[in-house]
Amino acid sequence: MKYVDEFRDGALAQNLTDSIALQAQQSRTYRLMEFCGGHTHALSRYGLLGILPANVQMIHGPGCPVCVLPIGRVDLAIRLAMEKDVILCSYGDCLRVPASDQMSLLKAKARGGDVRMVYSALDALKIAMNNPARQVVFFAIGFETTTPPTASIIRQARANGLTNFSVLCNHVLTLPAMEAILTQPGGVPLQGLVGPAHVSTVIGSQPYQYIAKRFNKPIVISGFEPLDLLQGILMLLRQVNENRAEVENEFTRAVTLAGNRKAQALVDEVFEVRDSFEWRGLGSLPFSGLKIRVAFAEFDAELRYPDLIYTNVPDHKACECGAILRGEKRPQDCKIFGTICTPDNPIGSCMVSSEGACAAHYTYGRFSEVKWAL
Amino acid sequence: MNKIKSVYVRPLDIKHGRVDMSHGSGGRASAQLTEVVFAAAFDNEYLQQGNDGAVLPLPPANSRLVMSTDAHVVSPLFFPGGDIGSLSVHGTVNDLAMMGAHPLWLSASFILEEGFALYDLQRIVSSMAQVAKAAGVAIVTGDTKVVERGKGDGVYISTTGVGYVQGSTSPSGDRARAGDAILLSGTIGDHGMAIMSQREGLQFESAIESDSAALHELVAVMLATGADIHVLRDPTRGGLATTLNEIARQSGVGMVLNENNIPVHRQVVAACEFLGLDPLYVANEGKLIAICAEADAAKLLDAMRTHPLALTAAVIGTVIADDACFVQMKTKLGGRRMVDWLNGDQLPRIC
Repeated sequence: MKYVDEFRDGALAQNLTDSIALQAQQSRTYRLMEFCGGHTHALSRYGLLGILPANVQMIHGPGCPVCVLPIGRVDLAIRLAMEKDVILCSYGDCLRVPASDQMSLLKAKARGGDVRMVYSALDALKIAMNNPARQVVFFAIGFETTTPPTASIIRQARANGLTNFSVLCNHVLTLPAMEAILTQPGGVPLQGLVGPAHVSTVIGSQPYQYIAKRFNKPIVISGFEPLDLLQGILMLLRQVNENRAEVENEFTRAVTLAGNRKAQALVDEVFEVRDSFEWRGLGSLPFSGLKIRVAFAEFDAELRYPDLIYTNVPDHKACECGAILRGEKRPQDCKIFGTICTPDNPIGSCMVSSEGACAAHYTYGRFSEVKWAL
Repeated sequence: MNKIKSVYVRPLDIKHGRVDMSHGSGGRASAQLTEVVFAAAFDNEYLQQGNDGAVLPLPPANSRLVMSTDAHVVSPLFFPGGDIGSLSVHGTVNDLAMMGAHPLWLSASFILEEGFALYDLQRIVSSMAQVAKAAGVAIVTGDTKVVERGKGDGVYISTTGVGYVQGSTSPSGDRARAGDAILLSGTIGDHGMAIMSQREGLQFESAIESDSAALHELVAVMLATGADIHVLRDPTRGGLATTLNEIARQSGVGMVLNENNIPVHRQVVAACEFLGLDPLYVANEGKLIAICAEADAAKLLDAMRTHPLALTAAVIGTVIADDACFVQMKTKLGGRRMVDWLNGDQLPRIC
């Protein structure tokens, strides 16, 4: 398959890992953070972590939309489904995120809440159009990649004169989270960052310049295919070795300097930046989330249901998702990893999404901790 | 069954008619549906007995009976490469075949939804009859019930099969041993992706066809080699990955697969990419996994490749000693990862 096979070629991968091994100097340790959950998943799925030199360590970042969703936001969605009698539409991964009182959207559905899994934002709009007598709420989550589709359906809802549709907006921004990771006190020292693939197709490579400069860290935007990742890691090692801190773009077949201006304009028309938004693991970050502009207020579920007030809910005591999302701990460092917390029965959000660090390690990597004979 | 005098009965309008509640009432309408649609298509001496059950001859002396059952609820009912009817025959025939058995007889239960088109029912029934005949099995008894509109999804079919196994043949999920070779009869993911492409309206240059097929003749060819086959299993729901994990747990062993050796059709790879799925977890309906003594692997593989259903058969991995029962895979990229149980349903990724 074109654009897939050539980026998963074993022989080319061998060349790249040879180059990485040559580039990695024995005397130093390279701690690189792949910001995006898509990268975390690819590293595990293709077994890349095992073929990198031991002194090239990948730290899993917070770029997994499901993982950074705080419990309190899921609670709001559950309340909408259970108390407000709405049709609550959500992407599949959100359904299993653990909320307060051992609930989740999936359990709310089993208790009679009308919760529906959608594959796209547009599906939610269609449900609203097909059920004019019911209120339909789309539980919107995600980074800059999933924001334009949400903006688009809000515009379409306006154009169609819908009065039974609203959006519970949880869209978040990549750059404030990156800044938070790099400024947190006592955080892990990072030598460089693998920049997001799909997010960058929307925002472009230019916005990362500020981060690279301010924190003096190299950033290489990489695609999600395994060869993209290996190439991106190689480019990072070169920058580190040459004491450079630049924004480089490995994913040139999709990412431009300015990004997708049409998508940016669409988002800007419908959304504005919130003063602050809470992230699981990172806490409340200023200017890190989006809300629906006043001009589209009638589609904002938080305004339509004013008694729906967000409250902060602490994580499960033993759950290390916070430290894992900050890159301070690895999944296997968590006491409940793989014992109490598994993909079938997740306690923390990092075990829910396939892009979460814990789910990726559980699904693809946990054999590496057990001695086995070949 | 006594023929109802056709002059006194309004003929069943197959072309425009629909199933109604009376077809499941046990009265005249039920009898007519059974006679015109089912008995006519499945016709055989046991069904002709027209009784509540079929009286069947004993299998050959010194053989053992094997019995298996399978329910089918596929949606859509018709898909490239098959339909719920052919699937319901192949599914149960294959369950028998995976025991090393020669399949003989099937029973079939139909749960029909009120309003279901008789024309579609007849298509499904003829398809069952056709593949049963091709597989050399007779549908010897059956039942039909009708549920109200909205309480079913067109038609559900349950089939139960009886066959026999001879000699010392006894493949079993708990017999995989460290050092054994793992063989796969062909490409994975075809059935599941044929269904998913149909559901999602994905179009490809050439349609992905379900691999739905009866595997007992392939199994007969394999058994005839005299190879020491420890395990036979068809990787249906949950795909190759889940079936291998089941075997690993049952046998208390681990496995190492080689991703390069696992055949997958290009269109299946493409469709999986679009939908965010992994072919290792996608259902098959005409493939089998065989685990045999390493020394017999080459002989068994050669024999499999002579059969049209296993032309691309391959040795895909090795059984290893591992108390944790992990299935691992050497990836095409030269890395190594686990191939875990299917977790929940495969959900498309969101970003």
